[in-house]
Amino acid sequence: MTTSTATDHAIGGAVPRQRHGIAAMLHDSWVVAKRNLRRMTRIPEIVVFGLMQPVMFVLLFSYVMGGAIQIPMAGASSSIYTQFLMAGIFAQTVTFAVAGASAGIAEDMTKGLVDRFRSLPMTRSAVLVGRTLADLVQTAFTLLVLALVALAVGWRIHNGIPRMLAAFALLLLLGYAFSWIGALIGLSVRSPEAATSAGLIWLFPLTFISNAFVPISSMPHWLQPIAYWNPFSATVQACRNLFGNQIGPVDSSWPMQHAIVVSIGWSLVILAVFSWLSVRKYRSAAG
Amino acid sequence: MAPAIQAENLVKTFGDVRALDGVSLDVPEGTVLGLLGPNGAGKTTTVRILTTLLRPDSGHAVVAGVDVLKHPNRVRSLIGLSGQYAAVDEYLTGRENLQMVGELYQMSVRDAKARARELLEWFNLGEAADRIAKTYSGGMRRRLDLAAALVVRPPVMFLDEPTTGLDPRNRLGLWEVIETLVEQGTTLLLTTQYLEEADRLAHDIAVVDHGKVIARGTADQLKAQIGGERVEVVVHDRDLIATAVEALKVYAVGETSVERNTRRITVPVTGGAKVLADVIRELDGRDIEIDDIGLRRPTLDDVFLSLTGHATAAGTENGDGTENGDGAPPADRRGHGHGHGHGDGHGHGEGHGADRDKAAAAGTGTEA
Repeated sequence: MTTSTATDHAIGGAVPRQRHGIAAMLHDSWVVAKRNLRRMTRIPEIVVFGLMQPVMFVLLFSYVMGGAIQIPMAGASSSIYTQFLMAGIFAQTVTFAVAGASAGIAEDMTKGLVDRFRSLPMTRSAVLVGRTLADLVQTAFTLLVLALVALAVGWRIHNGIPRMLAAFALLLLLGYAFSWIGALIGLSVRSPEAATSAGLIWLFPLTFISNAFVPISSMPHWLQPIAYWNPFSATVQACRNLFGNQIGPVDSSWPMQHAIVVSIGWSLVILAVFSWLSVRKYRSAAG
Repeated sequence: MAPAIQAENLVKTFGDVRALDGVSLDVPEGTVLGLLGPNGAGKTTTVRILTTLLRPDSGHAVVAGVDVLKHPNRVRSLIGLSGQYAAVDEYLTGRENLQMVGELYQMSVRDAKARARELLEWFNLGEAADRIAKTYSGGMRRRLDLAAALVVRPPVMFLDEPTTGLDPRNRLGLWEVIETLVEQGTTLLLTTQYLEEADRLAHDIAVVDHGKVIARGTADQLKAQIGGERVEVVVHDRDLIATAVEALKVYAVGETSVERNTRRITVPVTGGAKVLADVIRELDGRDIEIDDIGLRRPTLDDVFLSLTGHATAAGTENGDGTENGDGAPPADRRGHGHGHGHGDGHGHGEGHGADRDKAAAAGTGTEA
């Protein structure tokens, strides 16, 4: 180590500028988000594998199961099923962002990076906000690619671009809310491996006990209310409406009849509850 | 002058474990305090409290004149922390890591960039600056981590076992950096399990065990507490041990001890190297062949052993705060403690349990 150039390295550094409140939070979150986005470009595998799963689902469900699943008023046909399926796949894809946030945050905890951040004069919540914002960017990219794949296998929108964009906005809002669930899981488990499984395992029942892959009317009666009130179902239904992919009349249950409002409502509630819990957990983390 | 770091009666419990049981410290401005102790003694917990990562159950702490509990964020802009493991983002380059830290210290992008460049040069990371940290060696990562702690030129630094796991060359390099910082006036709190490290870097040493400071002083003061040099002889012929002991009686200022199976005789003496020469002459005159001989001065290992009744141990404290008081038996721990460059050619890992103090002392002595 050269000590010749070491003059004035220790004392009297530049006085850091003072930011307060929201400005500080946004600045710090942006710095952390930048870091996470850079990581994604350095580990493209994560993005690629994040894409492969939904693409595989599109292909498998359309071509393998599509012919066997009965859609009310339309019967079983794989090309009709693809129209039905896509909103479900999109919604499933955004919720799987949970795994990215939980594994990433658990990794930062174990590698000591969270300690580094917590010892810096930065906004407490910025580490989590930055992480979830970077995940949101990744989710948006995944949705874009997935939409192109879907178009290639015959999916079409029928209500125009603005409504399509509104549907994607709903999906991103749901995904953002869910990435906060991932943040809480990541802060709670502290091993990246456990975080990946813990982040995913409950998503399967959540996404399958819904209208994503089969009509709810085909489920046992006792299960139907759960499926109707599933936050996931509301977003799927809202997207079907906005894409113009709804086949036949919408289910008569209240949440399905008011899908857009219910979708936004659920997302905001999840976002509020889990961001609060996560930030609280982060403040006391590792303590 | 007010101390740069002051802790009063810090208490922290994790469940049933009393990790800190009333730790009080003060580090005068511009000095280095070495916090020395075995695994789970409470060193890391103390650092975590002083760096605002952890709130104590009770107690009071002031760093750089700012109350740690009342104004944690103000403390954060005045301190640098480098931990046990290199807390850098593996997938960012060295430059990006330092720039990010600078920006999070609320420097402007331009200042953060300039500072990163400066630090990379200083830490000999210039060539590796634009490679991701995953490709760095352990020593390079540790340097990057330390550089990250220096981004704002903090007046107070905390280094938690900065050289654990480093090879001797890298350890020496880090020591030099740390010495430069201290010369420039940085106040430093350093935790370590390496007595040699505390001996070299710290002005003052606080020995911690079971969440308490059990001794405080300079290395020399602590050594003086237990005092005593001794000559150690390994005779070649087992049958001549008794003769040798008899011959050396005149030099002994305390009780001579013998380990028969290693043929080692330990004689407490005063008078330093001259006595050693006399002893060699004496034994030579009686035709007693010597396999090995040395003058041992007390080391901090001895200090530790006599203060705590157990040796120091290498390893890492649990970062998550589940420090356990005292797990491994002393004999095991000593084996580790000795692996670290005391320049001892004997390598005594063996633990003749009955006479621990002596065995440990022998293992860490200085060759005459």
